[in-house]
Amino acid sequence: MIKAPPLAKGTKNQRMKRSWWKYLCVALLVYTVIAGLLAPVPALRQLQETIRNLYFHVCMWFAMMILFTVSVVHSIRYLRSLDLKQDIKAQHNASTGVLLGLLGYATGAIWASYTWADPNNPAYASFGSIVREPKLIGAAMALLIYFAYFVLRSSITDIDKKARVSAVYNVFAYAMLFPSIWIIPRLLPSLHPGQEGNPALNFNDIDARMRLVFYPGVIGWTLLGVWITSLKIRLSFLKEKKWLNA
Amino acid sequence: MLEMRQQYAFYGVLLYVASTIFVLYLAIGETNYETWNALFWVTQLFVCINAVAKSFLQEGRGRMLYFYTITHPVEYVAAKILYNMLLMTIMNTVNLFLYIAFMGDPTADLLTFIGISYLGGIGLSLVFTMLAAIASKAMQQASLMAILGFPIIIPQLLLLIRLSKAAFAETFREGVVGQVVLLLIALDLGIVVLSLILFPFLWKD
Repeated sequence: MIKAPPLAKGTKNQRMKRSWWKYLCVALLVYTVIAGLLAPVPALRQLQETIRNLYFHVCMWFAMMILFTVSVVHSIRYLRSLDLKQDIKAQHNASTGVLLGLLGYATGAIWASYTWADPNNPAYASFGSIVREPKLIGAAMALLIYFAYFVLRSSITDIDKKARVSAVYNVFAYAMLFPSIWIIPRLLPSLHPGQEGNPALNFNDIDARMRLVFYPGVIGWTLLGVWITSLKIRLSFLKEKKWLNA
Repeated sequence: MLEMRQQYAFYGVLLYVASTIFVLYLAIGETNYETWNALFWVTQLFVCINAVAKSFLQEGRGRMLYFYTITHPVEYVAAKILYNMLLMTIMNTVNLFLYIAFMGDPTADLLTFIGISYLGGIGLSLVFTMLAAIASKAMQQASLMAILGFPIIIPQLLLLIRLSKAAFAETFREGVVGQVVLLLIALDLGIVVLSLILFPFLWKD
């Protein structure tokens, strides 16, 4: 009988030490949700209590950008080393980034429906004006680029070629996209906050009390993204074991 | 360059420009400047896709292998970039000329608009040169080109459409026009550098 290999190396204690960041992630997210819903917030005329969504919506976008950046770093490392493991890492970081981007969209839509939508107009009229937001177009571009990245991956059958071509596209697209989504929204008029800088990073427009929840929130959501990604990466390492060791 | 031998491609694109503009003329005739501007840039985009995409997609495996033996990838991609820039400049001139001939000249400052359109045309050709190189490695190249290209090009195109309104006597805040032009030039230079760095990875097959 073949003995099943142990799921993780080391004693229980060592495993605990290695996965400290997962406990940190859970702790930070529990803190973010509880404090985000209960802690005092400044009452702004337009936003009122919906400002609590900042802890979720903005953090999702931050985490998405961080994961995309990690993905590009892995793509560059793949091109330097031609090690397929790096390619798998790049792919899964991008896919988790897309997931967080979609969540960012969903939270943004809830927020917009309370602050931007005018109850006197029919829903489609508000929808039309929201869709034309430059910032939303920018965000849609970011997601479309990564969808295109996955289409490109699926259209090439040879593994090495797929890895190389998609890594090149990833680097190229990232380099093209990020300057433009940071610059263009500042040139076009928009309802979305953050016309003059990076929203929520500026020290003037975020309350000190909110920063206490916001920064842990960013770290928490990013760690959650990294956690999901690392599970996916390990899963595909197991699946692709034959290729990787050959 | 070897592309001179494939003149039918060049004339094909030329015909494409002319017929597009003729159809537009029949459909709407003279319009206000906003529509003119939007149509001009959309035509520019599609002409660019058609003209530049051909440069990589039409080459068969045999010819790629031949190039592989005689040149260095950096020299090869630099030649492609130069050729596509030149091609797009010619197309741009034809496009602009036909637009003014058929649809009238709504610009307040024609020279500014010509300058902006060359800047934009060259920028588009640079982006699509690299994308065509990527798409040529995959299956279903033509449709993949659109999927890969549109999300990347739209921010740049928005910027160009916005910028070219300066030529229609629309007022801008002081200094914005100069900033945007500088930004576009910087973006173009960035694309050239990236293409030179990244293309050798696509080259080996």
